[in-house]
Amino acid sequence: MAEKVRAEKLLGECWPALFAVTVLFIMGVLDLYSASSGTESSGWLPIYARQALFFLVGVGAGVVVLLLDYRRWVEHAWILYGICVILLVAVLIVGKVTSGSQRWIHLGPVAFQPSELTKWAMLLVVAKHFKSIPAIYGRRTLKDALKPALATALVSGLIVLQPDLGSAILILLISGSTIIFAGLSLGSLLKVALVTVAGLPLAWRALAEYQKRRIITFFDPQQDPLGAGYHVTQSKIAVGSGGLWGKGYMQGTQSQLHFLPEHHTDFAFSVWAEEWGFVGCVVLLGMFLLLLMFGLYVASRAEDPIARLLALGIVAFFFWPVVINVGMTLGLMPVVGIALPFISYGGSSLLVCMMAVGLLLNIHTRRFMF
Amino acid sequence: METLAWNGDKDSREFPPSRKAIRFATFAILAAFLVLVFRLWQLQILEAETFERLSEKNRLRLRRVPFPRGIILDRKGQILADNRASFNLMVVPAEMEDPEGVVTQLTRGVTLDKESAISSLIRARKAAPFKSMILKEGLKWEEVAWVETNRMNLPGVWVEVEPRRYYPFGNKAAHVLGYVAEIPDEVLRQWRNKGYRVGDKVGRTGVERIFEPYLRGREGGIQVEVDAKGRQLSVLQEVSFEPGSDVVLTLDMELQHVAEEALGDRAGAVVVGDPWTGAIWAMVSHPSFDPNLFSEGISQEAWRSLVESRDHPLTNRALMAQYPPGSTYKIVTAVAALEEGVVTKDTPVLCTGHYTVGNREYRCMKKEGHGWIRLRDAIIQSCDVYFYHLGYLLGPDRLARYARGFGLGQITGYDPEGEKPGLIPTSSWKKKRYGAPWHAGETVVAAIGQGYDLVTPIQQFVMISAVANGGDVVVPQIVERVMSPEGRVLVSFEPKFAGKVPASSTTLKLVKEALKGVVQDPRGTGQRARVKGVEVAGKTGTAQVVKLTERVRQRKVALPYRFRDHAWFVCFAPVDVPKIAVVVVVEHGGLGGIEAAPVAQRILQAFFERERG
Repeated sequence: MAEKVRAEKLLGECWPALFAVTVLFIMGVLDLYSASSGTESSGWLPIYARQALFFLVGVGAGVVVLLLDYRRWVEHAWILYGICVILLVAVLIVGKVTSGSQRWIHLGPVAFQPSELTKWAMLLVVAKHFKSIPAIYGRRTLKDALKPALATALVSGLIVLQPDLGSAILILLISGSTIIFAGLSLGSLLKVALVTVAGLPLAWRALAEYQKRRIITFFDPQQDPLGAGYHVTQSKIAVGSGGLWGKGYMQGTQSQLHFLPEHHTDFAFSVWAEEWGFVGCVVLLGMFLLLLMFGLYVASRAEDPIARLLALGIVAFFFWPVVINVGMTLGLMPVVGIALPFISYGGSSLLVCMMAVGLLLNIHTRRFMF
Repeated sequence: METLAWNGDKDSREFPPSRKAIRFATFAILAAFLVLVFRLWQLQILEAETFERLSEKNRLRLRRVPFPRGIILDRKGQILADNRASFNLMVVPAEMEDPEGVVTQLTRGVTLDKESAISSLIRARKAAPFKSMILKEGLKWEEVAWVETNRMNLPGVWVEVEPRRYYPFGNKAAHVLGYVAEIPDEVLRQWRNKGYRVGDKVGRTGVERIFEPYLRGREGGIQVEVDAKGRQLSVLQEVSFEPGSDVVLTLDMELQHVAEEALGDRAGAVVVGDPWTGAIWAMVSHPSFDPNLFSEGISQEAWRSLVESRDHPLTNRALMAQYPPGSTYKIVTAVAALEEGVVTKDTPVLCTGHYTVGNREYRCMKKEGHGWIRLRDAIIQSCDVYFYHLGYLLGPDRLARYARGFGLGQITGYDPEGEKPGLIPTSSWKKKRYGAPWHAGETVVAAIGQGYDLVTPIQQFVMISAVANGGDVVVPQIVERVMSPEGRVLVSFEPKFAGKVPASSTTLKLVKEALKGVVQDPRGTGQRARVKGVEVAGKTGTAQVVKLTERVRQRKVALPYRFRDHAWFVCFAPVDVPKIAVVVVVEHGGLGGIEAAPVAQRILQAFFERERG
């Protein structure tokens, strides 16, 4: 390793990302404090304090990711992938049943979600794969994309079995968009689209009546006014009643009275929107936008094509959950269990987000070094 | 550094991702965020007032609209289970400023335990203040009228209509239909992902349980906006319920009535059906219970008395009671012996009234013995010694193979979750269970359906049907068809078979002839099953509960009820082309030919009278 990452260089060149992440984290803890007030904490620390602790652990993990050259990380992508597959299988076998699905691996007092780590590993896997595949006139074919597509399908399949549909969808979206950015030709994309469009009705016909019904409810929650539909209506009331300036911190009646389901995880944004209003929401979304734009800037400045691909992957890594989660709380998207990065409560998610940021900074600080 | 450098050429810019792709991503992200901000603008600025109004005291209420469960009918369209309106007193705790005052008001028109109502309201005000809760189930008409007229003075109170399961025939065919009750926790844990919730009513036994996925409909719901007093202002969203599918049974309520009456007050079971298809026409288990008790919400004491009763009224004896088959088992022994060639129909055996194996003596039911006797007569007169001998020659394992071939000692498939398997012993079973070798004496006893042998009435129905239809082992079924609310047929009756009896048609014909003699021959043990104008074939059985002493055997002393023999009768008719098979068991009834055969006779009589018109 020729060059060490210097702190002043990091601050000088990467401040937008550091700033955005810090502000988002503070917003998240504030929001959690409000959302969890009044509920009895079940763990060894209050929820917001646990989140802060995870953030510190996340900073540590981000620094570890940053210290080792990103090319090294990419080199070992498949090993990491193997570990993830083993963990995912293990979680299916021994995973303790938590709220109806098996997602966690328990290591003493710490529970870890392998599906989160898998999201991060998939970024490296896609980069590693395309590193060795030449692009003719800057284009790649479907055959070039087969291996990472299969690798993605395998892990998403294992995650669906948990069952954690939200994480599986996220991995498909993140890996899928990264693969597309690896230069798939327009023809290839058309082929995929055609096969999908042709295959869907066939698959639909093969489904049983109750399975169809479940899928319809999934995409149109209004069909189930008692479950998901009710949650969405309550979330919209929370968001809408926030108005321009919000009801004020700790003043959100919807969330304080517990009408909102999952208000410290999937619906954390609704709590924020009720208490901080339109202005607060725009600031929060602005921070995400800043982080994403920085990611795109990193991609555009990188000389190394693999670094560009990796940076775009990280952008996708943050873009999809933000759009889906916020869209869900605003009634624009189906209700899926997808967390809002940095804001929703969840140690594994926060940790892995910090690792993704670490990877992004890693690329940026080493952009001239090859 | 070298090891890390890749794509070493200088034109790495030409490798994807291209600048164009990055620009595209930038625009896509900006567009997506613009949509989100626009939506926020719409909700938080344009529609803020509406949502503020809704959020104040949370004016959004969720009202569930329960679905009616599918109806159960018999083959002729008679309704056996449907739904009746039941009225529940509902409250939203947060909407009453003064729970005590409201409850005091309520007690003027509604019978209510004041103390417990107040305490549960106060508890709910803390836990889930805006969630509607049931204060009292099953209001009477006067109570409903009273609440409706006084509604203005009762903020947060209303009456909700809920369909409740109703069985017009009460305890008739109760075991076939089953009952509906609140979902138990352990079932809920498994079914949560099927959309079941706490407090849902589900089928717990019988057809109600087996066909639960069809009978269940889908709950509807309304999101309504209410004012501060809980009055409905507007409907925000509504989804209507879907009723469950209707289930038409093969059950024939007329025959069922006849069978129930024929069995009368005695404990026992009757199974009647089509020997060719396995369609069940009547199934009686007595003592019975009233399934309406469960839909009304059974009280703790009533429940306990049902469960703890020595008569086991909740148990469907036709499926769950395991009795020794007694002499009805001789059908199996006869078939096994003929097939294995240990005797022919003409081999004579000397019955002296007892049979000796080792140093033990086994008695015949006829003390003085039958003399030299052949297969046909041995069946007609139910000679035990003849069959002791056959059993001795066959051994336990060959005998067991034929018993299982007839469907005995295993569940029939009628209701895999609600059936008992019974038991047909083999030498290896005994070794495993008791660690002891098999004795020849045990085979001798097994050959006449005593000892370890245990069967259920439904298994006996399968056995006698196989004799009647020439060797097909039917799977008994009770459902003719299932119809969706739109009238589509979802399930329709299709005969199912578990296999074929390992016997030739000549053997079965021989046995069938002998079974005809049991009823029609003047020496037969089943003469009381005779029906005018129809030839009946059957077999009596008297299953010992305890070993009998000579004195009791001579009927000089009355035995206590629980030690008396079980009376069996299995039969079919007409002999040539059978149309109906009947199995009767009377618990502790005594002699099969005297106690059980007349029950079958009444059922056959009614069936053929109707046939003739």
